[in-house]
Amino acid sequence: MSNKSDSKQTRRRIDRRAFLKSGVSAAALAGTVPAFEIFMPSIARAALKPEKEELKFGFIKLTDMAPIAIAKENGYFEDEGLYVAVEPQANWKVLLDRVITGELDGAHMLAGQPLGATIGFGTKAHVITPFSMDLNGNGITVSNAIWAEMKPFVPKGPDGKPQHPIAAEALKKVVEKYKADGKPFNMGMVFPLSTHNYYLRYWLASSGIHPGFYSPTDISGQIMADVLLSVTPPPQMPATLEAGTILGYCVGEPWNQQAVFKGIGVPVITDFEIWKNNPEKVFGFTADFQQKNPNTVLAATKALIRAGQWLDENDNANRLKAVQILSRPEYVGADAKVIANSMTGTFEYEKGDKRSVPDFNVFFRYFATYPYYSDATWFLTQMRRWGQIAEPKPDGWYAQVAKDVYRPDIYLEAAKMLVAEGKAKKADFPWDTDGYKTATAAFIDKIEYDGRKPNEYLSKLAIGLKGDQRVTGSKVVAN
Amino acid sequence: MSTASEFLTGPVARSAAAQAARRERWAPRISRVSGFLNILGLGWFVPLLRIAAGEPVKPQLLELWRSFGIPMAAIVLFLAAWGFLAPKVHTSLGVLPGPVQVWQQAESLWADHLAERAKKQAFYERQKKRNAELLASDPKADVKIRPYTGAPTYLDQIITSLETVFTGFIFAALVAVPLGVLCGLSQTVNTAINPLVQIFKPVSPLAWLPLVTMVVSALYVSADPLFPKSFLISAITVTLCSLWPTLINTAVGVASIDKDLINVSRVLRLHWTTKVIKIVLPSSLPLIFTGLRLSLGVGWMVLIAAEMLAQNPGLGKFVWDEFQNGSSASLSRIMVAVFTIGIIGFLLDRIMLALQVAFTHGETR
Repeated sequence: MSNKSDSKQTRRRIDRRAFLKSGVSAAALAGTVPAFEIFMPSIARAALKPEKEELKFGFIKLTDMAPIAIAKENGYFEDEGLYVAVEPQANWKVLLDRVITGELDGAHMLAGQPLGATIGFGTKAHVITPFSMDLNGNGITVSNAIWAEMKPFVPKGPDGKPQHPIAAEALKKVVEKYKADGKPFNMGMVFPLSTHNYYLRYWLASSGIHPGFYSPTDISGQIMADVLLSVTPPPQMPATLEAGTILGYCVGEPWNQQAVFKGIGVPVITDFEIWKNNPEKVFGFTADFQQKNPNTVLAATKALIRAGQWLDENDNANRLKAVQILSRPEYVGADAKVIANSMTGTFEYEKGDKRSVPDFNVFFRYFATYPYYSDATWFLTQMRRWGQIAEPKPDGWYAQVAKDVYRPDIYLEAAKMLVAEGKAKKADFPWDTDGYKTATAAFIDKIEYDGRKPNEYLSKLAIGLKGDQRVTGSKVVAN
Repeated sequence: MSTASEFLTGPVARSAAAQAARRERWAPRISRVSGFLNILGLGWFVPLLRIAAGEPVKPQLLELWRSFGIPMAAIVLFLAAWGFLAPKVHTSLGVLPGPVQVWQQAESLWADHLAERAKKQAFYERQKKRNAELLASDPKADVKIRPYTGAPTYLDQIITSLETVFTGFIFAALVAVPLGVLCGLSQTVNTAINPLVQIFKPVSPLAWLPLVTMVVSALYVSADPLFPKSFLISAITVTLCSLWPTLINTAVGVASIDKDLINVSRVLRLHWTTKVIKIVLPSSLPLIFTGLRLSLGVGWMVLIAAEMLAQNPGLGKFVWDEFQNGSSASLSRIMVAVFTIGIIGFLLDRIMLALQVAFTHGETR
């Protein structure tokens, strides 16, 4: 049986068989690859098992807690396997303390709170944030009496209405009059580390009104001040304004529109006009919690990104539904028509003077949810400007703190998962950024801010500590 | 009794005798029940019972008017005055609400409660479905039923407040009664402790709160606590403020036991535990219960303030959250809470009074 031609033929046949076999198996493998990819996402989803499924998040009754409410009501938390209870807190200090002690797993926070806590201004704890909740959303309101005194100094537009943005120039004359009369000019903000504090101070300082310094021994923030700023929790602001304890305040919504509705005050400017698209609130966890429960934090971030997306979807089409949810007593609780104004793109200044401010609340557009290092650095510069950071610090220090506290790495990982699951679009996320936005001069006084050069920025600001200056006693000394 | 002259003989006289017999049968029963009903604040029911038992109607109606009619008339007058004056007061949160708005908000709170219960049902249904799907695809999957994550309803908050006040009150009783007995029995201990008691007695709960918060946060550290911190903080604050009436009343009660009884225990050379249990406590029970009643009243008042700041999810937090809401319904809802707090306080006091009457034998022995 084994003559030469026969064996050659069998070898060829065997070779052909082997070739056919390998070819068929290769085709089969190629055929199974798409099937494998289809199964991959579910394996990836199953891989994200949260370590802690029952969570308690805290918030303050302000309209920009919306992403948390929507993530809960639309079931985004449940989709990620999280069972979240949300609880309103009495004030920002209680909220921060409860996150630090672990009674709350995470919370709606002011953008400066994680930074202040990590560097040790107030209660010290390493707090991180992987998610920026919104841009803009604040306003500065003054009492009716002060507005009446300010109005003659506010330039009018061609339609006879006050020209916006109203610079603090108009307020300056009133402040000087109070000073001449020996009366203190009190204004309120919600927390020493709050965005409201920094925007109010920025607005006042941009027209030459001194809002006061902090010092290591005096944390009232009123050293050398023309205007005395003090802390009031947001819901009590309209009442204190009415009582005359404060003559104006800077706070988030719905408390500016509440003042207009109740006829007790007039909002003069929104923070959108002070710094276009400024960072506002973030969602904070303790660094400890994130280390012990990385998947939980990722899952929560995914749900919050989806909520932000829904809020800005289709040109703010879902905002009215969001208003209905927020007006429930367990969320913000204010009347729906008060909340609706700012959430749907209008803002009422004087009673009857309603203007269109479509970006009053931005929840997702313009990469609003990405925690930019340059935003963190801006707050750190303001903390240094007013003396909350008592010693001068090199640029590298600002960059390091920003990296320790703001966690875009977690954000991008969550975003990647959402894109893979088809729940978000790739184009909606800034994959290539290094965390620093380009230098911008979109401020009311047009001073340019570059997040990479914080000390240079500080030197450009007229009022405020710069270089080596320190506050000792009640004076500024340069070393 | 005016009909007595008309009775002569025959069926009318017989029915009169039957009526008198019935009255005599029922009178002692009603007297027994009347004491009990009086404690519950239902004393006005007694004249109705008596009328049903056949007593002459006019004096009973007079009694009814006195015990029930007059308070009712006063309440109606109060509601009318409130309804009239309230709309005249303008606050920044709107006009002060009248009784109608408050009632509407009470109804709305009840409706919210029912709606939340329905949502809770739906939540558990969703979980069961999800777990069933998981098990269908992987029979070995680890499935759990998670507790509902919704906000507590008004009734949940009432129950939380009651739980907290009773916890605080029991802590207070456990501390104050033994200490009070000791103070009463020993003059030395009494003189030693007295200045401390007098200094700490007037301290307000809001002053204790930050200290209690710090201490509890530092000492009560555990990965999975049985009680939430806010619950413990509120309960301990209630304890600190409400133990003083019990302490003082117990000390006074023990100090004023009949000296003969103390002598008896000395003669019989009773062990001190027997002395305390058999002689001291029973004799001083009336005053101890008075103290407990006062403590519960103080505790209930203190609780609302403590809850507001400690964020315990009870009635205090409800009031604070409503104030923060600043909606047009907020003032009415706060008033609903005010009435709820008042009515519950009244009921708690009545229960303690009933217990006191049940446990004590009266002043004479």
